[in-house]
Amino acid sequence: MNKELKILAVVVFFSILTYVGVEPFAHSQMHKHVDDPTYAYADLKDSGKKGDAVKGKELVTGAGACTGCHSLKAESLPAPMDALTSASAYGVNPPDLSNSGALYDEKFLADLIKNPAHALGVEHKFKDGAMHPMVGFYGAGGDIDQEIADMVAYLKSIAPTAENLTPKDAFESACGRCHSMRYDKWSKIGTDPSFKSDKEMYEYKAKVATYDEALKAYMGAMPPDLSIIIRARSHHFLSTFIENPQSQLEGTSMPRVGLTKDGEVKVMEYLTQIGDSSKDKRESLGPWVILFFVIFSVIAYFWKQSMWKDLH
Amino acid sequence: MAVNENRRDFLGMALGGFTAVGGIISLGAMKASWDPLPSVKAAGFTTIDISGAKAGQLNVEKWRGKPIFVLKKTPDMKPHDRDIVIGKDRFHISIGLCTHLGCIPSYFPKKSEFICACHGGIFDVNGEVVKAPPPSPLVIPPFRLDGSKLVLGEEGDEYKKLKAAGLVA
Amino acid sequence: MANFEKAKSLGDWMNQRLGLDTVMRVMAYEYWIPKNINFLWAMGMILAMMFGVMLVSGIFLLMYYKPDAALAFDSVNYTIMTEVGYGWLWRHVHGVAASVVFLVIYIHMFTGIYYGSYKKGREMIWITGMLLFVTFSAEAFSGYMLPWGQMSYWAGMVITNLFSFGSLELNGVVEWIRGDYVPGDAFILRFFMLHVLLLPLAIMALIGLHFGALRIPHVNNQDGEEIDFDEAAKLYKEGKKKESKVIPFHPVFLSKDVFVMGVFLIFFFYLVFYHYGFALDPVNFDPADGLKTPAHIYPEWYFLWSYEILRPFSKDIGLIAFGFAQVAFFLLPFLDKSPNAVPASRRGLFNIWFWVMLVDMIVLSVMGKLPPEGAWNVIGLLSALTFIGLWIALPIITKLEKKV
Repeated sequence: MNKELKILAVVVFFSILTYVGVEPFAHSQMHKHVDDPTYAYADLKDSGKKGDAVKGKELVTGAGACTGCHSLKAESLPAPMDALTSASAYGVNPPDLSNSGALYDEKFLADLIKNPAHALGVEHKFKDGAMHPMVGFYGAGGDIDQEIADMVAYLKSIAPTAENLTPKDAFESACGRCHSMRYDKWSKIGTDPSFKSDKEMYEYKAKVATYDEALKAYMGAMPPDLSIIIRARSHHFLSTFIENPQSQLEGTSMPRVGLTKDGEVKVMEYLTQIGDSSKDKRESLGPWVILFFVIFSVIAYFWKQSMWKDLH
Repeated sequence: MAVNENRRDFLGMALGGFTAVGGIISLGAMKASWDPLPSVKAAGFTTIDISGAKAGQLNVEKWRGKPIFVLKKTPDMKPHDRDIVIGKDRFHISIGLCTHLGCIPSYFPKKSEFICACHGGIFDVNGEVVKAPPPSPLVIPPFRLDGSKLVLGEEGDEYKKLKAAGLVA
Repeated sequence: MANFEKAKSLGDWMNQRLGLDTVMRVMAYEYWIPKNINFLWAMGMILAMMFGVMLVSGIFLLMYYKPDAALAFDSVNYTIMTEVGYGWLWRHVHGVAASVVFLVIYIHMFTGIYYGSYKKGREMIWITGMLLFVTFSAEAFSGYMLPWGQMSYWAGMVITNLFSFGSLELNGVVEWIRGDYVPGDAFILRFFMLHVLLLPLAIMALIGLHFGALRIPHVNNQDGEEIDFDEAAKLYKEGKKKESKVIPFHPVFLSKDVFVMGVFLIFFFYLVFYHYGFALDPVNFDPADGLKTPAHIYPEWYFLWSYEILRPFSKDIGLIAFGFAQVAFFLLPFLDKSPNAVPASRRGLFNIWFWVMLVDMIVLSVMGKLPPEGAWNVIGLLSALTFIGLWIALPIITKLEKKV
C-alpha cells in the first residue's frame, strides 16, 4: 500500500507539473498583466461642485441641448431621429439618457459632457481635425463646471435605483448600440420581432444591415457579438477591458464605458445570464455527482479489500 | 470462510446496486435531452385572425406543423354543437388530419364534405364521420378566443366547454 | 450437430446456445492476471470506460449538432449549451473526457515503458497501443474542428497545411484534404464523418486487437518476473490463493480496477463541473473567422510536445523532426536492445533515459504553449534536440546493458 501511495505521488507530481506549466504559467506569459479595475477614473478631475437637478433639467432638455440628439424615455422625450437615421448621421445611435445616472461614474459623465473624446478614451481616433460625433458642451453662459454638475445631478435624479435597473437594461444602455446579443435576439437597434412573412423579415434584416454598415464605418471594424463573450474571455479581462479598453487592446476604437462598479456588475450579470445560462444548474448538480462517486469509491474500496484479503 | 463469501457477495452486490441507482438517475438526464426544446414549445402558440374569412370557403392555417381547417359556415349549413361562434358567425375549426391514419382530407365545397384520399374516409362540415374508416370526428385543437382572433395552443373557456361536453374529438 | 436438452432455466437455455459459461470462464473467471501489480494496471480499464463515457455523451451531442459552417457554432453554443436539457452536461463531459483521456493514455504509456511491458513477446501490445494513440489523436483533432470556433478553424488550417510537406509544396494535397481552398463546409462535414463514424469504428476494432494481443504474452507485473501462468492458475484453483502468483480478471482484478475508477471519476467530475477551462478553450468560444487569426494559437495540451518538436526548426527540418516524433514511439520495442524486461529502476542507464524523456516531454509541452520568443525558443530547441538525441542513444545504452 505504501508503495502504491509513493507511485501515486509521482504520477500526481508530474501531472500537476505539466498542468501548471501549460495552463497558469503559460497563460501568465502569454497575456500582459493588467491590474484589477478600481473604477476610480483617477485621470478625471472632480470639479467639487454640487449640482442642482432642477437647473440641470433645463440644461439637459433645453433647446439644442442633450435631447436634441438623445431620447429621454424617463421624461417621455422621444429621440429626434430613429436609430437608422442617427447611425447614418453619427455612425452610431446616441443612447437614451434615462439610465445613465445609474450606470456611469459621476466624474466620467461630467468629463463626457465637456469633452467626449477624452472621457471615452478615443482621442487617438479624432486627430487631424476629425470631430467626435457628440459635440462637447460649451456652457450656457454661467460657470461651465457648475452647469455640468447640475446636468449630472439631474441625470442621477431621474435614473432608476439599482433594484429597478435590470441587467438587460444595463447592457442595452451601456453596450447594446454597438454590440449585438444574438442569443437574446438583440440586434443593436432593438429586440428582433417575430416575422409574419419573409418580406417583413428581409426588411428588418436590411435595416439591421444598414445600421451595421454605418457602425462598421464609424468604428473601423464590426464590434463583436457578445452572446458568449463571458466564456470566451476571462472575467478579469472583461472587467479591465470595460474599465479601460486601451489597457488590454492598445489602439482599439472601443470607447471607455465609464461604468461604476455596480453598473459593471449588472452588465456582467446579463452577459452571464445569456452566455453561461447553465451556470446555476452546473453548480447545483456538481456536488451531488461528486458525492455519488465518493460513496461509490468507498463501497468499491471495501469490496476490493474483501476480495484481496485472502491473497497475501 | 462462509462468512467471508457472504460479505463479499454483499459488497459486490451493494456496489452493483448503487451503480444501477446512479444509472437510473442518469436516465432522467438522458430523457430530458430528448424532450422538445424550449424554443419548439414556445412556438406551440399561433394566433390567427379569422375575421376576414369568407363563408363556405376553407382556409388552412398551420399550427405546430399541422394543418388547421377554418371553415366559416354558410347560412344554409345547419348549426352544430361543435361550431365556434364569433358574433353572428359560426365556424368549424379542426386539425386537418384524418383520425384514421393522419392524412389530410380534401374539402369539396359542392358536396360540403371532407374526403380523405388515403382510405376513403368522409367527414361532413362539422367534422363528423360520414363514412368509415375514421373512428372519430376531426379533432378541435385547443384554442382561446381573443376578439375575432383565435389563439391556438391555449385552452380558453369556449374550448373547455366543448371539451367538458366531449365534443373536441 | 450439438446435443440440446430441455432447458432447466432461461440461463441454461441461453447457455446451451451461446456457451455463456465458457465465455465468462475464458474472458473473466479464468483469465489470469498477475497478483503483483499496482494501481497503474487499472489505467487500461479506465481508458475503456472513458471511451464509453465519450460514446454516450457523444450520442446526445450528435442529436443536436449541425455539421454546417453556418450552423455548427450556434448548434453547439446555443442549442446544446442552453436549450437542450442537460446538453451542457454532455458537452462538458465530452470535452473534459477528451482531454483527460490523454492524461490517462500518457500514464498508461509511461507505465508500459517503465516496466518494460513492450518486450519479450509483448511487442504487439505496444504497437496496437500506439495505433490506438494515433487514432485517438485523430479522433481528438477531428472532434476539435466541430464547434467551429476560432481554435477549430485555425487548428484545421495549420494542421492540414502540414500535408503540403514543406518545400514539396503539395498544395493540391492540402486542398484535397479540405475539399476547399480553406476549411469550410466540405471540411467540417468530412471531419464530422471521421469523428462520429470511421475513427470510432477503427478505435473499437483496435481496442479489441489490443486486448487480444494481451492474451498470449499475458499482462506484465511490477517486478518483470516471468510467471508460469498454468502452474499459478492451478494453485489458485486449488484454493492456494496465497501461494499462487495470479488472480482471476473477474472479480479480483476488477474489484481493484473499479475502486481506482471510482477515485478517478471523483477527479473527473470535479473537472467537469468546476475546472473545465483547460479542456474547453475560451478562445474557441469566438466563432470561426477566416480573416482573423487569434493572438495566440496552440494545440490542446496533449499535442504540445510534438508541436514543439516542429516549431524551433526551419520548415523542412521541422517537418522531418515532427514526423520522427510521430513514429519514434512505435519503434520502441525494436530500439530497446536490452535483454531485460524489468522495471527501469533496475536497468541503470535506461532508468536515466526514462526520467529524462519524461521531463523532456513535459518541458517540450510547456515550451509548445509559450509564445516562441527569446529564451523560450532556446529552451524549446534544446529540448527538441534532447528528444531526438534520446532516441538515437536508446539502442546504444540498451546494448550496453548487462543481463540482470
